[in-house]
Amino acid sequence: MNCPENVRYSKSHEWVKMEGGTAVIGLTDFAQGELGDLVFVNLPEAGDTVVAGEAFGDVESVKAVSDVFSPVTGTVSEINEELLDHPELINDAPYEAWLIKVEEITDEEELLDAQEYAAHCESEKA
Amino acid sequence: MMEKTTPLYETHKKYGGKIVPFAGYLLPVQYPSGVIAEHLAVRNACGIFDVSHMGEITCTGPDALKRLNHILTNDFTGMYDGQARYSMMCYDDGGCVDDLIVYKVRDEHYFIVVNAANKDKDFAWMKEHEAGDAVFTDLSDSVAQISVQGPKAEAVLSRLLPPEGFPEKYYSALFDQSIHGMRCVVSKTGYTGAGGYELYLAASDAPAMWELLMAAGKEDGLIPCGLGARDTLRLEAGMPLYGHEMDETVTPLETGLGFCVKMTKESFIGKKALETKEITRTRVGLRVTGRGIVREHMPVYLGDTQVGMTTSGTHCPYLGYPAAMALVSLEAAAIGTKLTADVRGRRVEMEVVRLPFYSKTKRK
Repeated sequence: MNCPENVRYSKSHEWVKMEGGTAVIGLTDFAQGELGDLVFVNLPEAGDTVVAGEAFGDVESVKAVSDVFSPVTGTVSEINEELLDHPELINDAPYEAWLIKVEEITDEEELLDAQEYAAHCESEKA
Repeated sequence: MMEKTTPLYETHKKYGGKIVPFAGYLLPVQYPSGVIAEHLAVRNACGIFDVSHMGEITCTGPDALKRLNHILTNDFTGMYDGQARYSMMCYDDGGCVDDLIVYKVRDEHYFIVVNAANKDKDFAWMKEHEAGDAVFTDLSDSVAQISVQGPKAEAVLSRLLPPEGFPEKYYSALFDQSIHGMRCVVSKTGYTGAGGYELYLAASDAPAMWELLMAAGKEDGLIPCGLGARDTLRLEAGMPLYGHEMDETVTPLETGLGFCVKMTKESFIGKKALETKEITRTRVGLRVTGRGIVREHMPVYLGDTQVGMTTSGTHCPYLGYPAAMALVSLEAAAIGTKLTADVRGRRVEMEVVRLPFYSKTKRK
């Protein structure tokens, strides 16, 4: 399982990377591995508000649907439109295939560093 | 609940299968190649499945044929040795106990394959309706089943089995075959729409048979496939699954399986109800034209009126679009009808299309 050091993680398996005041949000390698082949992504629109700890979209694998939770509160500035036609990019490169970018951040949930997140995943597997 | 394992449990772990509980068994939902690769392997080359969880029951004795014709909806008269026939087993009210396949081994000896989740219920129902000189025997725990499916299935098996070991026709089997000294039944059946063979064999021989098949299939791209691909393949092929397209509340006539209900038979369990019950709904195939994946148990609308519920649905890896099946009222069932599904509060557009979505002879 790949957990790069340059992002932080939510317990619900999203990653966040801060670029200036913008939070770039995606799904972790563990999440895509558990979900399997992704075939559909439903994302909010630019301008929508997202709330820390609440679902902002969903991803579907062949077998199941799973909500994606926002680690931060703020306004969506951009979505990764490429994923709408090519959700498999998340399986191929989860830390490059970001889902949304969020600005005007007013809150964030408790986030984990790479080591803490790896331990969290181990505990979920057990 | 304590799940059972099939004789191939250790084999699945060895091949990296992701094990999940299903119908009371621990089975692989997928292997490392993933559901889509497994699905495509079966459409384009071949895949191997452990379906040992399925139940196997024999019906033997001078009155065996008469019993089957009474308990089941199809007519088993006039079958040749080795022939297989799909059937429904109904309650008195026409609801389905299970769907199953009956093989005629020879006169007075039939071999029945039932769904794993229903096996105990089915066997109890059969025992309850035993009469005359015919006995039902549950062989499930001693019989394993391995399915090799796809256009290369015959080539793979031909490395292990002489030409005379292959049943000639679809839906027929040769009993008493042998592969490397292991006795097996070779059946030209499957649940994928891809064509192929199903082998029934002693549970204790299953791991060795699996390895032989894997080795024989290497050059043709044979890969192990899990429950995930089994479900997407059967859905793409428009095949019904008990608990989805039919159950105790749905009759075979409502779910489009009238071909296996022989009303010309003098009597059988459920006949009266099936004769008299008005049919107000039917099973349809739905191609999703909007954005999203329509899964089972989603309400289906014609305009603003709910006309039914989906029974199965997923992304179809070979066709490349999502599809679903649904039970809908008759006015919503015509080919070309535009419907919507309520997918977690969002309406997704669909169109009624002819089933199956995929068939070997009908290209995408």
